[in-house]
Parts: sequence; C-alpha cells; structure tokens
Amino acid sequence: MIATYLPLVPQLILITAGILVMLLEPFTAPGRKGRLGQMAVIASALAAYSLGFQWNSTPRTLFHGMFIVDNFTMFFQWLFLVITAIAALVSIRFNQREEIERGEYYALLLFACSGMSLMAASGDLILTFLAIEILSIATYVLAGFKRSDAHSNESALKYFLLGSFATAFLLYGIALIYGTSGSTNYQVIRDVGTLPGQVQVTAVAGLVLLLVGFGFKAALVPFHAWAPDVYQGAPTPVTAFMTVGPKAAAFAALLRILAQALPAMADDWTRLLWAVSILTMTLGNVVAVLQTDLKRMLAYSAIAHAGYLLIGVVTNTGNGFGAVLFYLVVYTVMNLGALTIVLSLSRQGDKRVNLEDYAGLSRSAPFIAASLSVFLISLAGIPLTGGFLGKFYLFSAAVEAGYIGLAVIGVLNSVVSVYYYFRVMVVMYMREAADNALPPEPISPPVLAIIAIGVAGILWLGVYPADILNLASNSALTLK
Amino acid sequence: MQITHILSWLTYLPAALAAALVFFPGGSARALKWFAVLGSTGVFLLSLYPVYHFDPGYGGMQFVEESAWIQAGGYSISHHLGIDGISLFLVALTTFLTPLALLASWNSIAQRLKGFLICMLLLETGMVGVFCALDLVLFYVFWEVMLIPMYFLIGIWGGEHRIYAAVKFILYTMVGSLLMLVAIIYLFLANGGTTFDLLAVYQNLESGRLVLSHRAEFWLFMAFLIAFAIKVPIFPFHTWLPDAHVEAPTAGSVILAGVLLKMGTYGLLRFCLPLFPAAAVAAAPYLSVLGLVGIVYGALVAMVQPDLKKLVAYSSVSHMGLIIVGMFAFTLQGLEGATMQMLNHGLSTGALFLLVGMIYDRRHTRMIANFGGLAHNSPVLAAFFLVVTLSSIGLPGLNGFVGEVLALVGTFLRNRTYAAIAATGMILGAVYMLWMYQRVFLGKVTDPANAAMGDIRSRDRAVLIPIVIMMLWMGVYSAPFLRRMDASLELVQKRVHDARAPEGGYQVRQLKTPAIRKSDGR
Repeated sequence: MIATYLPLVPQLILITAGILVMLLEPFTAPGRKGRLGQMAVIASALAAYSLGFQWNSTPRTLFHGMFIVDNFTMFFQWLFLVITAIAALVSIRFNQREEIERGEYYALLLFACSGMSLMAASGDLILTFLAIEILSIATYVLAGFKRSDAHSNESALKYFLLGSFATAFLLYGIALIYGTSGSTNYQVIRDVGTLPGQVQVTAVAGLVLLLVGFGFKAALVPFHAWAPDVYQGAPTPVTAFMTVGPKAAAFAALLRILAQALPAMADDWTRLLWAVSILTMTLGNVVAVLQTDLKRMLAYSAIAHAGYLLIGVVTNTGNGFGAVLFYLVVYTVMNLGALTIVLSLSRQGDKRVNLEDYAGLSRSAPFIAASLSVFLISLAGIPLTGGFLGKFYLFSAAVEAGYIGLAVIGVLNSVVSVYYYFRVMVVMYMREAADNALPPEPISPPVLAIIAIGVAGILWLGVYPADILNLASNSALTLK
Repeated sequence: MQITHILSWLTYLPAALAAALVFFPGGSARALKWFAVLGSTGVFLLSLYPVYHFDPGYGGMQFVEESAWIQAGGYSISHHLGIDGISLFLVALTTFLTPLALLASWNSIAQRLKGFLICMLLLETGMVGVFCALDLVLFYVFWEVMLIPMYFLIGIWGGEHRIYAAVKFILYTMVGSLLMLVAIIYLFLANGGTTFDLLAVYQNLESGRLVLSHRAEFWLFMAFLIAFAIKVPIFPFHTWLPDAHVEAPTAGSVILAGVLLKMGTYGLLRFCLPLFPAAAVAAAPYLSVLGLVGIVYGALVAMVQPDLKKLVAYSSVSHMGLIIVGMFAFTLQGLEGATMQMLNHGLSTGALFLLVGMIYDRRHTRMIANFGGLAHNSPVLAAFFLVVTLSSIGLPGLNGFVGEVLALVGTFLRNRTYAAIAATGMILGAVYMLWMYQRVFLGKVTDPANAAMGDIRSRDRAVLIPIVIMMLWMGVYSAPFLRRMDASLELVQKRVHDARAPEGGYQVRQLKTPAIRKSDGR
C-alpha cells in the first residue's frame, strides 16, 4: 500500500522542507538566512535522489488518474529540482546584497518547484489547474520580493493581474472541455475523441481558451506583454528561475494535455501553434535586437526560445516532443548560466546590467567573459554547444514532419539572434571599459562553481549529447 | 613510417596547441609566439605525410577514418574524415599559410597576444576540419565553428571599423549556412533518415536508391549554393568581403583570402556538383554569367581603389569569379583550372596581403597616393612584391598562369564567349596590378617618409621565401599537383555528366566530351 505512493516522496520532501524553512525562519538570526537557502538546496538534492528509484518503472497513475508516474514526469521533476537548487544557491549572496534576506524566499522556491512538478505529473485538468496556482502564487510573491523597489512591485502586480486573467481563461477552457467530454481526466477526454458538429465547436473554443492560458504562462506571443517588464523588475535570481522553470512547466503541462488528452484535435492545435510559434520567435528576436539592458534582452530572448520550443510541439511526433525535452534541458543550462553571470556582476539595485557596463569585461574578468560568451554562443545556436544540437533536433523534427517552412523561419530567426547575442561579446571583447566604470562584483566560489559546471555542461551537451538525448526521447515516449 | 589517424592529428593538433596556450605560463610574449609558430610548422610538416603518401590513381577518399559520434534519437552522426585530390592540397595550403601568417604578425600584434594565437590555431582546426569532414553534420559543425575565431580576429585586432566588419561578416555567412543546415536535414531524411554520411549519399544517388524530385533538388542546390556563394563570394554576395579584408589584421586577411574563400568553391565541388548535378547543370549558365560579372566588376573596381588592401580584396572577387566560370564549364580542364586556381589564389593573394601588411607596419598607411618610389629604398620588398604581382596576373612560369590557362581552356571548350570575357579579366588584372605596382614602387620618392621606410628584414623574408618557392614550383612543374587532382575531378565530372533530367524536370543540355583531349604528356 505504502509502496504505491512512493512516487509522491519527492513532493513530500519539497513541501516538508518548505514548511520547515518557514518554521525555522524566525529562529534564524539575520545574516544567517543563507542557511535556509542551503537547506532548500539539500532538500532539492534529496528529492532528486528519491526520484531515481522510480525511473523506468512501468507507467501508472495514482489517485484515479490524477497523478501520472512515468519517465516524462521524472524527467521534468529532475529538471525542476536542478533549476530550484541553482536558483536557491545563486540567491544567497544576491539577497544579502539587495537586503531582502528572508527565509520565506526559499520556502516559496520550494513550493513553486512542487507546483511545477505537479504540472508535469498531472493527468487531470483539475490537478493541472491547482498545480499552476501553486506555482503562480509562489512566483507572484517572489517577483515582488524586493518590497522597497518600485520596479519589483510593478513586476509582481503586473504578473499577478495578468496571471489571474490567464488563469480565468484557462479555467473557462477547462470548463468547456469538461462540458463537451464529460470529464477532466486526460485519458477519458482522449477516449471521447472527436466530437460531432455543435459540440466540436465548443471543444475547439475550449482548446483555444486553454492555449490562451498556457500562452500567458509560457509567455507566447501575443500573450507575452507581461514578460519583459516582469522579468526586468523581479530580483534577478527570480528572473532566472522564471525564464526557465515556469516556462518548462508550462510546456510540460501543455505537451501532456495536447498529446495525451486532445490528440483528436491535433489538426486544430498544430495549426494554431504553428502561427503562434512563428509570431513568438520572430517578435522575441526582433525586439531583443533593440534592447540595451541585458536583463531585458534576455527576457525577449526567452520569449524567442519559447517560439523555437513550439516548433517541436507543432510537429506532433515523438521525435519532436523528444527534441522539446532536450532543448528544455539545454535552454535551462544556458539561460540560467547567462542570467547567473548577469546577476553576479550586477551591483545593488540592479545597477551594472546595461550593455555598456560589460565593456572591457574580457580584461577585468576573463573567465566570466569567456563563460558568458559560451552561453551566448549556445543561445545563438552555434555548433559544439548544446544550443546548436537542441535547435538541430527541433528543426530536424520539423522537416521530418513536413514543416520545412517553419524550420526555415526558425533558422532565419537564429541569424537575427546572432546579432544581439554577439553584440554582448562585441562589448566585452572589443570595447574598453570607461574610466569611471564600476568594477564587477567579485563572485563567490559556489556561484563560480555553478558557472563552471554550466559551461562544461553546455559544451558536453554540444559534443556528447547522446545520454541526455536518449533520456529526453525515452521520456517523451509515453506521450506518443 | 605509418601514421594512423593522420587527418585527426591534422585537425585537432592546432586546437590542442591552442588549449596548451591557455595554460601557458604567461608573461613571455616571445615564448608564446615561438610556441605557436613552431607548433603550426609542425602541423604543416605533418600535412606533408598525406601529400607524399597520396595515391594519385584513386579518385575516392583516402586516409579515411570513421567512428560514431552522436547516436541517439534515431540520428547517427559520425566522425568521418577523409581527403581526395580536391581537398588534399587545400589542407596543405591551410597548414602552409597558418605558420606564415603567425610569423608575419610577430610584431604587429601587441595586444592580447595569447588570445590572438589561440584564435589563429582554432581557426586552423576549423579550416582543416571543413576540408576533411565527410559527414554532413560534421562538415557543418566545422564550417560554423570556424566563424567564431575569425569573428574575434576581425573584431579585436582589426582596424578602425572592425566591429562593423566583424558583425557584417558573421551575419552574412550565418544566413547562408543556416539555410544549408535545413537542406542538410532534408537530404538526410530523403536519404532514409539514418545517416548523415556524405559518401553514403553519393552511393545512394549513384545506385538510384535516392532519387530527388527535381523541385527538391533545385531547392537543395539553392540552399547549399547560397551558403557557398556568400563565402566565395560570387557577385552579388561579395559586399562583406572588402569590409572584412580591410578591417582584418594581416594574418586574418591572409587566412580569409587564402583559405576561407576556398571553402566556398570547395563546397561547390564537394556538395553542389556531385549531389545535385542536374540542378548544377541547369544553373551553370546563370552562375557562369555571375562569375563573369564578378571577374570584370571586381577588376574594374579594383582599378580605382585608393587603398592597397581594398584593391587586393576586389582582385579576389575577380579571381574567384574565374574559378566559378571554370568550374561550371564542367570540363576536366575547367575543373582542374578551378582547383589549381584555388591554390594559386591562396598563395598569391595571401602573399599580397602579407606584403601590404609589411608595408603598413612600416608606413602606417595603405593609401596608394602616399607611396611612390619605394623600390629605391626597399629593393628586396619591391622584388618580392613584383614576383607576387606577376604571379597574381598569371605570368607564364609562375603558378597563376597554369590555373588561369586551364580554366580558360576549360571554359572555351564549353562556351567561347564566356572564355573571351573571362580572358579580359586577365588583361584587366595586369592593368590594375601593374599600375598599382608602378604607383607604389616606381618613380621618384616624393614623400620623405617613404625614403625612411627601410627594407624588410630576415623574418619577413623568411615568410615570403617559401611562398615564392611554391609559386615557382607550381608555375614550372605543376604535374605533381595536377596528377593528384585528376582522378577525383574526373569523378566529379562523371557525376555531373551522368546527371539525367528527372521526369519533367530541367532542360539538361547533353554534355559532350570536350573536343580537345587531355594531353598525356603533362
């Protein structure tokens, strides 16, 4: 009996640790809140370890199909735990510097992680909705964690208001789907299949509303308007977390719903997402070109990458879904890496995040400049980095499924992105620092280690991707 | 002596040297320079091994090594290297020019020396890899990776507008190469979706197991063509070239003109012609005309350039045009001439950039108007410059002649008008090069700065002497070179000739065997 619920252990670890952090917070002296951050890291590691026992077990469901236990779930839970651990680790020094050192921060991260994990595991629209709420509420608070900072407040409020709208759309979509299929369970919805006439229209309306909701969560164009402001205003570690974690979670839930619950409507959603994909990558890239604030530039680039990811979803093939999962890993490493460097170099109050502040960085901090270059080269999709192979597999899947036009638009977008990613390298390597420039903040050893591991990881993914690639395609198997 | 994995050694040894440089105890600039120059000279000596052991009678790939690289998710990308008569000398050219370019930069690179040397060595790895790769993805990887060090070379150590030139360079080349990536993926899927191996694609095309519809073949050809046309560059894709050349440091210009441009023509020979022969035949008239436009346009623009480096850059456009015209004649002479011309252009234009760099290091100007009468006080420099100029304009007895004549003969056999127009390129070449020589080196010394310039010393002579020796050798006794190319080029020609028009496809003009037989006495 107990053994049946073993897959819940990681969730329980996360939530228990989160509550524990909250309880210990008042008893931790100011200046030592970093301990709580370390606790969050350890909890994530423990949860990741406990996940290992479930890998490759027979896919099954718990709680009447609510909670799906399969490799897809595991894959994403691992990803989320890594993201959470890194976000917690890089936040410790940052929060001290910004004077927002509070234990609840780490508890919220853990709760957000649990929400994301549930999104990936959910086999029922109701649980999906609840999981999204768990995640969202935690991130609303995290975005506004710099209470004294107007930008952070604006960020939180904007995210909250627009997020609530999105949730409402999502809920309405769920209601319509329920209305046509008579259930919220993915398997049951799938079995109902295509519907005749009038009901079909309602189902399509439900699908569209669902996509609107997820579009908001994953910052897809035209529902992306919140993203740049929120990403820019939030504390940088939260930005790093939000550009990878909730985005990956939204893709996980979206893949599950589309592939497992609504395969009968594939014609409709591939057509819709095809257009959304093109809009998302094009707008993200074109607007990123205009940015001079590095945080904001990476915010738009995050939008663009969601567009690339959608290419894999649109293919509606096992290879395409596998490519999405692989790209999410690669994207997580490179985006977290780049933003970790940005936040480590910045000064209190989000100073020193402008492009000009990076002038001459190759002299003052050669290792950091080289690492950031590797991440940017990978984001641009140049070979020998994970970013290239990620895009390569996405585009391959697209061509294989007959979407050659989509692949061509994807590669042309990559060219645009080369311009703004390489501009950062231009500034770092080809311009000299101004005389009155603030020197970069010295970087703490653990963060330095994370950056080094990130660089090694992105090169490893670019040269020996087989392990992760097989993991990704294995995990995507259950979808098809 | 038997060396296994010689091509891997040639490809990765420079990268290993670059990695060693990272950990090189800093401080001594001399030691760094010696390490890089000697190391890359070692790579050059190593590259003589395949030249020596090459079997001229066999047109296929030699020194082949193959191992699995990425096998996951249903894709198999292999680490497959090999060279034939086309790539053999291009590899040698790369390893030959790299130490010379490094030696020529001995004093001109004062800042960030270590980074410069690392970039040059990584560039060498990328270039050798491009010429050796027999897997489509591996080829693409080298092709793209090579852009990064070149980007830094132009952007960090370049001239005044270096950033503009570097960004323009990378964006132009990226547009082309990314479209090629989509074409590679399509070709892979059309070929059964199991392997990216180039030789397997060749085989399946020959045996008829892989049949491309004429529409697919056209678009694939175009995607590959655009990537290569930008690199060559074929008119009207040439606009990045003058900027990149003028702003790049001497070593960058040498490598850019000497090797990088060849990657474009090499790509045409290796991919566009054998993989999509029907499309290539159909496109030949248009490409030949673009090549001719390039020849004449490049020459005319070169004539009026006030800047030495820009003049040489535009002369490249002109010379590369001849390679295209010769290649798309599809006669053996034309293909031979084109391949020869790749090497010749690499040597003579590389040498011209080296010489211009030497002048610039001494006078800090490249404006032709500022010079005059340099020969009085720099006789050795003037002598070297003259030899290289004559080689560039194709004087008999020097390397340029062999390639140009073969290319022209090859073109003549296909189309006399084309050959006549292409020949004007040789005349115009003589005009702008000799006129430039006259204005720079002859006449009276009008500017005292020119009188004080001083001649080149032993290091610069050491850079130029090997090049001049090669020029003479290739000009007087080109048989060893041509003999090694022939079999491979015949194979390319055969693939093009065998191209039949797909059902309802192109109007493929039947290619007849050239009237003049290749003389055996060569």
